[in-house]
Formats: sequence, structure tokens, C-alpha cells
Amino acid sequence: MARVHDRGGWPGAGPIDRFEHPLSWWEKRMDAITTLLMTPEKRVLRVDELRRAVEDMEPAAYERCAYYERWLHAVETLMAEKGILTREEIDRKVKELDARP
Amino acid sequence: MHDDSHDDRHVPPAPDHDPTDFEKRVEAVQALLVEKGILTADEVRRAVEEMDSRTPAQGARVVARAWVDPAFKARLLADAKAAISELGITVGFDATIVAAENTERVHHVVVCTLCSCYPRGLLGYPPDWYKSLNYRSRVVVDPRGVLKEFGLVLDPNVEVRVLDSTADMRYLVIPARPSGTEQMGEEELASLVTRDSLIGVAEARPPAMR
Amino acid sequence: MMSRFRAGDRVRVRVGSPPRHVRTPCYVQGKIGRVERLHGAYRNPESLAYGGDGLPRQALYLVRFPQSELWAKYAGSARDQLLIDIYEHWLEPA
Repeated sequence: MARVHDRGGWPGAGPIDRFEHPLSWWEKRMDAITTLLMTPEKRVLRVDELRRAVEDMEPAAYERCAYYERWLHAVETLMAEKGILTREEIDRKVKELDARP
Repeated sequence: MHDDSHDDRHVPPAPDHDPTDFEKRVEAVQALLVEKGILTADEVRRAVEEMDSRTPAQGARVVARAWVDPAFKARLLADAKAAISELGITVGFDATIVAAENTERVHHVVVCTLCSCYPRGLLGYPPDWYKSLNYRSRVVVDPRGVLKEFGLVLDPNVEVRVLDSTADMRYLVIPARPSGTEQMGEEELASLVTRDSLIGVAEARPPAMR
Repeated sequence: MMSRFRAGDRVRVRVGSPPRHVRTPCYVQGKIGRVERLHGAYRNPESLAYGGDGLPRQALYLVRFPQSELWAKYAGSARDQLLIDIYEHWLEPA
């Protein structure tokens, strides 16, 4: 039984949506943050860990999420796993940034 | 007057919507990683710039050189990263680029069924459809049907080779050189090489009718 | 480097879908193909994905399958092929 990310030959796949949205500023940021964490100089995480954390998402969430939402989820998971950031810390920071005038 | 004294590409665009949860969390993660000294805002800015500088035009230059210089093409097929660096293009640290040549008899098309591996170190961000579940599902089992959706109908005598990049190799298709281009120089040839032809869902553009 | 297979060898992909990170898709498992080329030795992603060092390195091969071997109802040409990168520990002689 294939896991949710293992898509080759997945039954019921439909036509390919060829619309290309320009990446948003925040999607590019997410890409940059993630790839920086993987550089040989920093090596905070490995691309293989990123993939694993994406694959371990709850299947419905995997299918629903946009590409960089999966990356965000994976980076949050891995930062928590490595003791660098907790989700609570991120929640608090979101509130703090929200409170900016 | 437009003020050119700062690079406004790296300031968030004036919001046309309330920040989404995704945007808020990305900002929060970056802020916390900066506070903890793991990265700096400047590094993030430079990483975005670097990715923005990687484009399909780089791949097109490589292909055009391969079309006009058989010895270069041989080096490209043997060790793509080294050959690409001859053109002054650096492809980053992340993976090994492998070139696959399309001919009259063989047509390669690239996918990553397990995630979205792509020669981003050379070509930049992959297109949305390349990352889509439908492309990843279908191109391995029905490549000719998918190519038809992209407007490419291949003769049954052409061998279609789907390349599924499951490991450290990032496949770059060298599209076949279109006929009628014998007199063209490298720069003009490069203009025929589209991103989609470097992935293999299209052929290189035919030369414009004169 | 030491590698078990050479270009042209017939190989079968092992079957197994452990609930952990692997880079061998289900659709090639149990299928028979031929080694197209040896890429070299690479760190094992099944270890790297969990913070391991990925050692010992694994030989990595490009393996070629006729599409008709992979899909019972393949609708394209009998010539069509699929090529995929597979680590040595997922391959056995066939």
C-alpha cells in the first residue's frame, strides 16, 4: 500500500493544472530559510529529514496543503525535534508580530 | 521619482490581503531563527536573490552550447556539473546534475514521483504543475497521454523514457536541435530552448518562419 | 568502489513498504529491470532522514524497466521505458 507521497501510478489522478502562479514573497522566504538550514555551512537539517517530515504528515493534510505549507510544517516539526524551536514559541511569536501597530 | 537607493524586491510587497496563517508563521519562524543566531535576515535575502538568479535561461545556454559543440556535449553527458561550470554557471551544493539527450528516436521526460526533485541549482524554482500530485501520479504510467496534454504527440516509433528522480541525481533534458537551425548562432539557438523542453514535456521551439 | 551489479545485469526490486522514509516507490517494487548505469556511492537516505550519518554509503544505480513490465495496461508503445535511481540494498539478482 503506497503512502500518501508515493504518487507514481496513483489511481484516479486527473488532468494536470498548468496554471503557474508567481511565487509569493513569503513562499520564496520559506524556500530560502529551508535551503539555508541545509547548507554545508549550517547543516541544521538534511533534505532527507525534510522529506521524511513531509511524508509523515497526516495524509489528508498532505493532499490539502500547498507545497510550501508542507515545507513549513516539516521545518516546524524538525526544529522542535532538534530542540531549536517549539510550536508554542512560534505561536507566541505569531501573536507578538500580530500585535504590532 | 522612483527611489533606486534600496532594493525593494526584498521588502514585503504592500499587502493586498490580511496576512495568512502561512505568512505569519514563516515570518515568526524566521524571526525566531534570527534571534537564536541560526541565520540572519541578510542570509535569507541573499538566498532568495540567489534562487532568483537561477533560471531556465541558464539551461538554455548549456543546451545551445551542446548543440554547436559536440565535444562539449560529450563532456556534458559525462559530467554535467563540470561542463556547466565551463560556462561560468555554478549549480550549488545540493545534487548531481545528469544530462539526458533527446534524439529522433528517444524522448526523455523527467519527474520526481516521491517529492519534487528538480535541477533547481541550474533552472531555479520548478513550475507548479511539476510539483502537482496529478503530474507526479500520471507521467510514469501514461507519459504519452501527459505529453499530449502539453501539446506534444510523439510517433509510436519514438522510445519514451521517463526518468523518475528518486535519489541525488537531477536530470536535465537536452532537447533535440530543431531542423532549419543550421545557420543559427548560440544565442539565437538558446532562445529556442524553453523550460518545458528542459524537463521533456515539450520539444525545443522550431525556428520562426522567415 | 565495490558494487554488486554492473550495467546490463537483470535485477529485481525488493518489496517492502515500511512506515518510514524510503526512496523506492511502490510501483517498481517486485519488478524486474536492467541496470543502466552505476552512479556511484551515496549516503543512505533511510539513515539521513532520521539524523543518521548515512554510512555506509550505498551503491546507487539507474535501473531501466520496460513500461509493459510496470503496468499491465500500459497504453503507450512497446518500446517505452522507465528509468529510476535505486539504491543497492533494494536490488537482488533476477
